Amino acid sequence: MTSAIVVSGLHKSYGSTHALDGLDLEVATGEVHGFLGPNGAGKSTTIRVLLGLLRGDAGDVSLLGGDPWGDAAKLHRRLAYVPGDVNLWPNLTGGEVIDLLGRLRGGLDEKKRDELLRRFDLDPTKKGRTYSKGNRQKVALVAALASDVELLILDEPTSGLDPLMEEVFRQCIEEERQRDRTVLLSSHILSEVEALCDRISIIRRGKVVETGTLADLRHLTRTSIHAELAGSPNGLAQLPGIHDLDVQGNRVRLEVDTAQLEAVMRQLSASGITSLVAQPPTLEELFLRHYEDDVPAQDSQEPEAAVR
Amino acid sequence: MNDFVGTGTLVRLALRRDRILIPIWIVVFVMTAAGSAKATMDLYTDPKALVDAARTSNASPALVSLYGRIFDESSLGEVSLFKLTAFGALLVALLGGMLVVRHTRSEEESGRLELLSAGVLGRYAALTSALIVSGATVIVLGLLTALSLMGSGLDTKGSFAFGLMWAAAGLSFAGVAAVTSQVTESARAANGLTAVVLGMAYVLRAIGDSSADGSTQWVSWLSPIGWSQQVRAYAGDRWAVLLVPLVFLAVLIAAATALIGRRDLGAGLVRPRPGPPRAAKSLRSPLALAWRLHRGSLLAWGFAFLLLGLLVGNIASNVDGFVTSDSAKEMVQKLGGVEGITDAFLATEMGMVGLLASAFGIQAALRLRSEETALRAEPLLATGVSRAQWLASHVLMALLGTGVLILVAGLGSGISSGASLGNVGRQVPRMLAAAAVQLPAIWLVTALVVILFGFAPKLVTGGWALYGVFLLIGQFGEIFNLPQWMINLSPYGHTPRLPGGDFSVAPVLWLTAIAAALTITGFATFRRRDIG
Ligand SMILES: Nc1ncnc2c1ncn2[C@@H]1O[C@H](COP(=O)(O)OP(=O)(O)O)[C@@H](O)[C@H]1O
Ligand SMILES: [Mg+2]
Repeated sequence: MTSAIVVSGLHKSYGSTHALDGLDLEVATGEVHGFLGPNGAGKSTTIRVLLGLLRGDAGDVSLLGGDPWGDAAKLHRRLAYVPGDVNLWPNLTGGEVIDLLGRLRGGLDEKKRDELLRRFDLDPTKKGRTYSKGNRQKVALVAALASDVELLILDEPTSGLDPLMEEVFRQCIEEERQRDRTVLLSSHILSEVEALCDRISIIRRGKVVETGTLADLRHLTRTSIHAELAGSPNGLAQLPGIHDLDVQGNRVRLEVDTAQLEAVMRQLSASGITSLVAQPPTLEELFLRHYEDDVPAQDSQEPEAAVR
Repeated sequence: MNDFVGTGTLVRLALRRDRILIPIWIVVFVMTAAGSAKATMDLYTDPKALVDAARTSNASPALVSLYGRIFDESSLGEVSLFKLTAFGALLVALLGGMLVVRHTRSEEESGRLELLSAGVLGRYAALTSALIVSGATVIVLGLLTALSLMGSGLDTKGSFAFGLMWAAAGLSFAGVAAVTSQVTESARAANGLTAVVLGMAYVLRAIGDSSADGSTQWVSWLSPIGWSQQVRAYAGDRWAVLLVPLVFLAVLIAAATALIGRRDLGAGLVRPRPGPPRAAKSLRSPLALAWRLHRGSLLAWGFAFLLLGLLVGNIASNVDGFVTSDSAKEMVQKLGGVEGITDAFLATEMGMVGLLASAFGIQAALRLRSEETALRAEPLLATGVSRAQWLASHVLMALLGTGVLILVAGLGSGISSGASLGNVGRQVPRMLAAAAVQLPAIWLVTALVVILFGFAPKLVTGGWALYGVFLLIGQFGEIFNLPQWMINLSPYGHTPRLPGGDFSVAPVLWLTAIAAALTITGFATFRRRDIG
């Protein structure tokens, strides 16, 4: 399997801010790769280096087999990019921008352009200055998805879309996967990456701290459960993979490693469930946990240490 | 009263944002006025020399159309400051207008005002606060100027008349900007529209002042800059004239307030219409996009330059009307007869047109930076467009655009001066040549922006500062007795004076070579730096 993107040991500073601190990233050809990290982690910076807009201070970067700094214009014909902040020219219509960007990349699929406009419910006759953030993002998305390219680089493309459009976006990416296009999708929303990506790299403070398929990363994800039972719960504390157990009468709060979910549910229903709320972990929780696994010595700061 | 809630907060916010900018502007104006008064006073210790200088100036159509007439040829104050009367009022007006746009339309465009409005802000709060900040700035500027002029030894009444007529020009255009900010949707357009009105005001007063037989003097009264001149500081101090700009301001404020009532936040008065759903076949290269982005402003400037050229050529043909007294006639003979004096006038005016065209070059080149910071360069540079292609697209617009402008002005002045002198066939090529020789200096100044953009993008607006320095050197270098090497720093000083003057190739080639070297270095440095 060849790699569309290979980054190793990448460093990049803005003055005194060390935005990238030895970042490694590998995206295989044909996969949808999630690039997950909180705001300010360095996702956009990495992408800008990949596009040859920024020059890394140290490290090796290879994009579609070439050097993104030296061969920028040539490589760019083979990819499409959707920036995190899309700004359009105030006097150009959305339709004009889609055509222009497509032509500058080397061509648009006309049928797909029309279809995408319809699916994203985008009016191409409006001037750039009158579009909302979400609509500006749709313009960039349509231009990218309708381009005939090998690689899509999308920087938090759904940050301005409403839930309905997010769903359309997910379908589009699903179709791209079936067409074997390579996609690098940056996001700070765990559920989005979970739903779409073959593999995930998690970035934190300029470093990739974890990378692998979703199954590989299962150990990172916990579900938090909030249940009211008919009788008093028993045997929960003996089960493996349970954290932050808090029992008050018939009420139970706990967190469970996703792999152990089934055993816990069975135990709970043995006591009779009257109400249940289960939540996937937020990204912040995931990081907190990751950090804790990484540096167990710091457990004294973690409230859950006492429970264990 | 609710409509004004939050005005005080906005005023404090604006003053905080501009706490460096406003004092610097004020100091520059005060120092320039006082410095130029002091320098001229040292020059004319003899009253006779003063009157002679004033007569020469009034007899020179170039000076009269540029700066205006001297009403009292024996007034030390007026002769010292006549170059700063209309011209200074123009600059104060620019300041007054820009401050209003900066704190109304710019804020609204960037969405900051929306944040504020979501809280508790009356709908007139932004405009009121901008007018307060702008008004207070120009009034303080005027009063401090008056004090500094008194300090350099001029009489009290005249000094206050001078300072207040400057402030009045600032207030007039604060009012103009209040209206343009409501009509347009972008700060760029609001500033542009204000500048057009300002340009028209300056041209109207030039027409009035240049009226040799007095038949068109009334035209000056159509211009806020003309009102400032008509205060006649140090030459009668007509205080009542100051009421005219105040009434003008009141009318404009009323108009702006009425407009606010009729529109939504963020929108202009002119509703945007839908455009084409597909791009034209030709919109397929960075150059085509650059043309699309610059063409509106280039067309507007081109039209203005054509009018300016026609006007200048027309005034030139009236030159002999100025020469009435015997002593003036004698002087004209010394200067090379009527043709000599006409040519001298045209050469001076072409120099001014060159300065104006440079402003287009600078703002067109600055577009590079605004495209970059607005994140509109990034998506283009992430396509097959190379950095050099993208940079070249805007640089070409700046360089060719200035070329078109100056040639259009040359053509206009050639046609109108030729038509009234009866030799179009001769005047047109002469004026085109006079226009063309301005280009190397214009390109050099534009190239300074390009190299700054490549090398130190954060300092790119320093292009305006350098331009301002060159302007000041040209206008006041000799009055201030600057050393020759400093005067030589301004590229405009090396432009051959055509028509009529000697043409030498060397300075033209030098200026062009330096402009080319700066541009090439700009390209090389831009390819090596980070975008963003
Ligand atoms: N142009 C810049 N100048 C200075 N610091 C920057 C710049 N761009 C990003 N940073 C900083 O670099 C870090 C990484 O930012 P970024 O790559 O934008 O993160 P992300 O896209 O993951 O939110 C942040 O701390 C951010 O503040
Ligand atoms: Mg980002």
